[in-house]
Amino acid sequence: MVRKVVYSIFLAIIVLALAMFFAAYPFGKNKMTVGEYYLNHGVAQTGAANIVTSVVLDYRGFDTLGEVSVLFAAAAGVAILFFLAGGTKREQEDLTKPNFVVRVGSRIIFPFILLFGSYIFIHGHLTPGGGFQGGSIIASGFLLLYLSYPGTRTNRDGLSIIEGLAGLTFVVLGLIGLFLPQYSFLYNFLPKGILNTIVSAGILPIIYIAIGFKVASEFAGIVDDMMCQVICRGGGK
Amino acid sequence: MILVSWVLIILMIALAILSIELKNLIAAVVAVGAVSLVISLLFLLIQAPDVAMAEASIGAALTMAIYIIGVRKTERSEKDG
Repeated sequence: MVRKVVYSIFLAIIVLALAMFFAAYPFGKNKMTVGEYYLNHGVAQTGAANIVTSVVLDYRGFDTLGEVSVLFAAAAGVAILFFLAGGTKREQEDLTKPNFVVRVGSRIIFPFILLFGSYIFIHGHLTPGGGFQGGSIIASGFLLLYLSYPGTRTNRDGLSIIEGLAGLTFVVLGLIGLFLPQYSFLYNFLPKGILNTIVSAGILPIIYIAIGFKVASEFAGIVDDMMCQVICRGGGK
Repeated sequence: MILVSWVLIILMIALAILSIELKNLIAAVVAVGAVSLVISLLFLLIQAPDVAMAEASIGAALTMAIYIIGVRKTERSEKDG
């Protein structure tokens, strides 16, 4: 009984607080002016035709570095977890071989998925999408390969090297900006170029290509770890 | 356009409820993936293609695959009670 009373008091407080909050901000009215600023000045200041990219990589570039680090920590966590669990042997599940259509179809479609993903992250500063989207599309291509050819293993050392180099590219590009007279991390020091061409927006396309490689290798690594837990003999490596 | 988005929202809520109610975990995971797919369509409708692409590729493809691998390693269906 007491518990129910306490619950209802808390519920009333929450409802009241939410109601006051929503009363202060009328629905559909934008109180922030920063979005308008980005829309009006983003293209001229960063040289990227895609406003989202100019916010994600230029104005909020440091946040993106944090995001990439979080993804790296998650991938590393999965790898560590399965490395520790690798000792427990489980019996091999019987894997039915996928049928002919799936195997041949995935062989044909895999290079096109790679091409599509690369297109998305190379054109990140011009069209919608970018490193995260392109990288995860490439990783889903790897997933298709794993599903249609059970027992496939990726070269893990290669993935680690790609991931490390891509992360290093991002950080080094940021640090170069710190040593320039303008003194800011991730300062866009390269020339802006002509708007809407592939070589434009300074360092933004380079960072997005690096992010694309990093995200693709991280997700492919996670998928590889998890598939290995199901398929590999004796689990683990 | 408004009608389409309402249909999608109702579909999304129905799929979300289905994913909780289903006892077969593989079917529940597929329902979660379908929720992601519908959300990505909604993002596309409100003109956010960047987010729609991320949601479709990560939410609908990779997360679903990881869940399915997880279900294969553990229990296939939820126990009652």
